[in-house]
Amino acid sequence: MSECSDCHSCGTTTVIEFPGPGGISATEPKVVAVIGPPNSGKTTLFNRLTGLRQKVANFPGVTVEQHTGMAELPDGRSIHLIDLPGVYSLSPRSEDEQVAYDVLTGNRADTPKPEAILLVLDSTNLARHLMLAAPILSLGVPTLIILNMADDLRNRGGHLDLDKLSAELGAPVALISARQGEGMDGVFKFLAGAMPRPAPKELPVLQDVPKCRQWAGRVGSQAAYRAPLAPQWTRRLDRLFLHPVAGPMVFVAVVFAVFQTIFNAAVPLMDGVKWLFDVSGAWMAAALPESLVRSLLVDGVWKGVGSVMVFLPQVLLLFLFIGILEDSGYLARAALIADRTMAKVGLQGKSFIPLLSAYACAVPAIMSTRTIENRRDRIATILIAPFMTCSARLPVYTLIIAAFIPQRHVVGPFLDSRAAAMLGLYVLGFLAAVVTARVLKSSILKSGRTPFLLEMPSYRWPTVQSIGLRLFDRSKVFVRRAGTVILLVTVILWAIANVPTQNGHPPAIENSLAGTIGRTIEPAIKPLGFNWKIGIGLITSLAARETIIATLGTIYGMDPKSHGLDLQNAIHRDLTPGGAVALLVFFAFAMQCMSTIAVVRRETGGWKWPILQFGYMSALAYAGAFVAAHVIR
Amino acid sequence: MQLSGNSSQPEVFPATLLDLRRGDAAVLDSIDLPGDDARRLMEMGFLPGTRVTAGLSAPGGDPRVFQVDGSEVALRRETAKRLKVRLEKRPRPGGGKTPRT
Repeated sequence: MSECSDCHSCGTTTVIEFPGPGGISATEPKVVAVIGPPNSGKTTLFNRLTGLRQKVANFPGVTVEQHTGMAELPDGRSIHLIDLPGVYSLSPRSEDEQVAYDVLTGNRADTPKPEAILLVLDSTNLARHLMLAAPILSLGVPTLIILNMADDLRNRGGHLDLDKLSAELGAPVALISARQGEGMDGVFKFLAGAMPRPAPKELPVLQDVPKCRQWAGRVGSQAAYRAPLAPQWTRRLDRLFLHPVAGPMVFVAVVFAVFQTIFNAAVPLMDGVKWLFDVSGAWMAAALPESLVRSLLVDGVWKGVGSVMVFLPQVLLLFLFIGILEDSGYLARAALIADRTMAKVGLQGKSFIPLLSAYACAVPAIMSTRTIENRRDRIATILIAPFMTCSARLPVYTLIIAAFIPQRHVVGPFLDSRAAAMLGLYVLGFLAAVVTARVLKSSILKSGRTPFLLEMPSYRWPTVQSIGLRLFDRSKVFVRRAGTVILLVTVILWAIANVPTQNGHPPAIENSLAGTIGRTIEPAIKPLGFNWKIGIGLITSLAARETIIATLGTIYGMDPKSHGLDLQNAIHRDLTPGGAVALLVFFAFAMQCMSTIAVVRRETGGWKWPILQFGYMSALAYAGAFVAAHVIR
Repeated sequence: MQLSGNSSQPEVFPATLLDLRRGDAAVLDSIDLPGDDARRLMEMGFLPGTRVTAGLSAPGGDPRVFQVDGSEVALRRETAKRLKVRLEKRPRPGGGKTPRT
């Protein structure tokens, strides 16, 4: 490493120059950037300032997430806030740091240069976090130094002199607790442009970490900073959670509780949603005259959307759990405990969190791989995440298991045959992930030696607001998907199942366009025990796995042979047991999800990995289904 | 890269973070890792001259949490052994691990 590698000449100091007199008070800030190190509570502050008026996107061209939102000032004016990624420094080495640097210096064409900066630091770890203040202040943009976690600092006996710190830094300072909403008036005052701007100060050489740290320590002691006592509760909890025996037991209990809740506690809620759709569907059927449009609306659209919406409670419960684990700080301990086990397949503890999330949905799981700094570990995690049994597979599994496996007790009253089959499919997906990871990490994704660094944050109570916002966000994505992708696929399917018309009447299903497509691919899927109807389902499920249910519902509904039967009986008549198991195996392995393909392309920055992944998973699905169809008859 | 905090003085008890048992503290001397990795460690608080205390660990002792500069950071064994320290006190006699010389 060169210590004099940039424009900040070695050994000398840089003086910040604020823009001319007037500064922020003359021109009120319109675009304000929020930046801070990881675990500084930056996102909590952003959520508090913007609430529901925020959106998540990507910075164009890179894989860095861009959170933007509108904050309303007490006087009614609005401020545009950009939440930048959590960084320890501004030296552009990682993509996150590069984006943060480019945004702050106005070098990104897609983002306006911020007129002011909110720098969020953890007041309980001031000296180390102040290191980031040097590069930020040297940008010369009006900056408010926000010392977060004021409540922790106070409770643990820490102290500092805000005025002296402000004078030392040459920038306004606010001590707040973003979680509790304490001290927010100072932030609003700055945003409104009414905060006095102290004189510029000398700053250290930015590239020299030891010098920056010395400077930060000196500033801290000038401001009479007294570090708080060690967080007693964190120490106490860690003695339990990282206990050689109790720790792993808690870990297993937590994972078990997550699954127990999403599979058992979610059932009444899911039944409730199903009831709502059944009742409203019956009402619609009664209100509309018997026609093609009615069959489209009721059997196609409403049932299709309903079959997916049923899973909303489950997805939300899982995200609730993951949100609580993450915000409380336990997830970092879970990553620590899981590290050794993950290392056996060539991954690391940080991969555990995305893989656990992937049991709900691969899309947010793949987005959460951002915490993995090692690019190869990250790609390997992205590639195996879709093997985890996501909630979109559940309706398919549930339907086929219910249609083919009679309910009986396997292990006393605890495990019946259907639950055992479901468990088996979970294990199957998990094994596929483990084997794939092993293969990838010993071949094309063999890692260099980037050290594994995992900061252990103090335990904190998760806030209702932060968890609530996350759940709201997830529901929005889920409903939108059910409302657009699945609706669209259902309507298209319905249309191609009704052309070409024969003598002005809709064709028999096997003579329709959909039937023709299905019969064209039938030879390819025959070895798997699937007929052309399943074939159409496989094609539509490329959009999203659960679509196959609405598709089969539509096809069986139009087929005179199965018309009037419910879906479960219809599929039972249409598939052999071998074909049913093959279908289950196919769904366990195949990457039938447009959203996942899109997010992999976005996160890996190109088509190479999603194409490879899709090809690999499809081949595995075909081979697995082929074996299943020939072993089970 | 070799980042030396105090290279003029001979080290009395050269050791690495790996030699610290839970509760042991030592002063970090140098980081024997490539530039960017060393820098990341330094940004997390592992600066030469800083006191590092060994804390709890995952089952089996790997990775281990270290208390440094007001934070707790977990490192794997392979990384911990690249961080050279000066021991502040003699190792307890008869202890499981003794510093390598």
